[in-house]
Amino acid sequence: MYVYDEHDRQMAAERVAQFRDQTERALAGELREDEFLPLRLQNGLYVQRLAPMLRIAVPYGMLHSAQLRRLARITRDYDKGYAHFTTRQNVQLNWPAIEDVPDILAELAEVEMHANQTSGNCIRNTTTDQFSGVQADEITDPRPYCEIIRQWSTFHPEFAFLPRKFKVAVNASEHSDRAAIQVHDIGLQMVRNDKGELGFRVHVGGGLGRTPMVGPVIREFLPELDLLTYLEAVLRVYNRYGRRDNKFKARIKILVKALTPDGFAAKVEEEWSHIKDSPTRLTEEAVSQFKGYFTEPDYQQVPDVADTLASQRFEKREFDQWITHNVDTHKKPGYAIVSLTMKKTGTPPGDVSDRQLEQIADLADRYSFGEVRVTHQQNVVLADVRKDELFELWQAITPMGFGTANLNTLTDVICCPGGDYCALANAKSIPVAESIQRQFDDMDYLYDIGNIDLNISGCMNACGHHHVGNIGVLGVDKKGQEFYQISLGGSSHHDAAIGKILGPSFARDDMPAVIQKIINVYVDNRTEEEPFLDTYRRIGIEPFKERVYA
Amino acid sequence: MPDLITSGGAIRHDNWVVVPRPADGESLDVPDQPALIPADLWLAGKEHFDDRDDIGVWLDSHEEPEMLAGVVNELPVIAVNFPKFSDGRGYSIARILRERLHYRHELRAVGDVLLDQLQFMKRCGFDTFVLRADKDINKAARCLNFFTQGYQAATDTDVPLFRRRAS
Repeated sequence: MYVYDEHDRQMAAERVAQFRDQTERALAGELREDEFLPLRLQNGLYVQRLAPMLRIAVPYGMLHSAQLRRLARITRDYDKGYAHFTTRQNVQLNWPAIEDVPDILAELAEVEMHANQTSGNCIRNTTTDQFSGVQADEITDPRPYCEIIRQWSTFHPEFAFLPRKFKVAVNASEHSDRAAIQVHDIGLQMVRNDKGELGFRVHVGGGLGRTPMVGPVIREFLPELDLLTYLEAVLRVYNRYGRRDNKFKARIKILVKALTPDGFAAKVEEEWSHIKDSPTRLTEEAVSQFKGYFTEPDYQQVPDVADTLASQRFEKREFDQWITHNVDTHKKPGYAIVSLTMKKTGTPPGDVSDRQLEQIADLADRYSFGEVRVTHQQNVVLADVRKDELFELWQAITPMGFGTANLNTLTDVICCPGGDYCALANAKSIPVAESIQRQFDDMDYLYDIGNIDLNISGCMNACGHHHVGNIGVLGVDKKGQEFYQISLGGSSHHDAAIGKILGPSFARDDMPAVIQKIINVYVDNRTEEEPFLDTYRRIGIEPFKERVYA
Repeated sequence: MPDLITSGGAIRHDNWVVVPRPADGESLDVPDQPALIPADLWLAGKEHFDDRDDIGVWLDSHEEPEMLAGVVNELPVIAVNFPKFSDGRGYSIARILRERLHYRHELRAVGDVLLDQLQFMKRCGFDTFVLRADKDINKAARCLNFFTQGYQAATDTDVPLFRRRAS
């Protein structure tokens, strides 16, 4: 993974000193609250319902074991001994004191971490597929490009005060999209053109929130080396012409819609024509330097263990299910990709204790070259596990609570912190996730109903990505009471779609029964092997409405 | 006008005034001292100012700097107004003036100009700053130099870090 050089280290240290200075001036009353606000947000610091919240960047989800151990220590020394994996591959602390934040940032900088631009109206952390670099169907490893974008967007002098937040995601898999690129402000799909040259298909103007939209393609093929100049053109058009009069109409999707995708693309092309050959244009040499940070680890010749694995799976049914659900195919024959699920019923999705962070670090060192990836589904991936160590790993993680074999099933819920923590929330989301997990606690039944994305957000800001859940749940406030609105048919994958609202909302206590009715309609109507989303697309929303509101 | 701070961190006395846009039906009142007038009004009647070398223009954040294409270097000072510090359009305006229209003279940030944005402004090509009156000008030099380098090319450097590393 990427390693800081002296330039990165110097800028990280200067950033800490700058924020220390800003915090001191804010606490001394020299900076008004509205003046300090964007400065602290661009350092990841929110003021929450109960306490401040610090969002720490995990660039494109990559962490190494020393960083995990430092995070564990920080949660112990400055917080309440736990952290939260977010839906954008970042990590949040829920209880830091404002005056401690500069010290926390200094501790993070020592392990090459930061909280830069994890909030605020600027370019946020770039996200990507958690299986980058280890899956078989990849155009190329997207992480060098994510790091190139990270560096270009960090402290960009022109784009620190955009109309609204701005999120970029990159995907390089040909057949799947685990990065949900079509619901980002910019979604970059890596492609090769007819000549075999590497480049990007550029989507602009996707997003969730109040006005969910699937991002249209504004350029079919952007050559690899033109990445940054083109991004700069998109951002400049947005910075100049995006709406600033209404916060709810300020995202780039509103501008793209107002100009039409063709009109927007034409404006970007015009802007780009001036800067495409500027010094910001990437060089082959620079790209290969970045690629040099993401080379393959020292893979070994692993003996063929197909027979042993088969008999272990035969003897231990839970192990068999775990292999089926939580282990994915690796590009190297002797290796496997393992997802550790952070979705044990009774624990808020994505929450990890300090001890668990250290356990994950130990697992990474022992089984996966010391590295892990955080996923936007709030799980953690060990990307390079030897197949002959899978059984041992499974035995190790089961008592730790990371072995729940529910990856991508209904109980692998994506869930924002909601009203338990967040000042923006209209309703709690964690108790809804838990009550649904309890309703569907029979694993055989869970496997029978197959892969279903259930996404829960506590408000319109959609941190729980409810619009793109196959089943989406949105917390709403009705005269001070918490209610939940359900949408069906969303998808964040290649077939991206925004879910349709089922009808009037429900009280929290009714939610497990309502979800059960929805699943019953699916089970009654599915053809053999048909996943939930396909059944929904075939029969439409009406049968679900009839059953749920009967 | 109050003192201003230069991109080099020096405090300089200054006597340029920003002439506000006249209300509808009223005419522009240009004082007998160095003055910055609305850019479109200068363009509409620039021949009236041929005998003065102390007339510059100002652009508001929603205005298009492209209107000054070809004539920018007739102006000794161009000011860009930040109506609110969180309105980031002025940064793009500055880069276009410098990098596209090749403006060579003084580029000044006016309006809601605070300390913590100064280094971004400098990187985008501003070379003087009129701080909002309640801000301590003595802290400006430090805020102009929080960072000793940046990752990107901008107006201040042609060489992004990835090119410096490669050389």
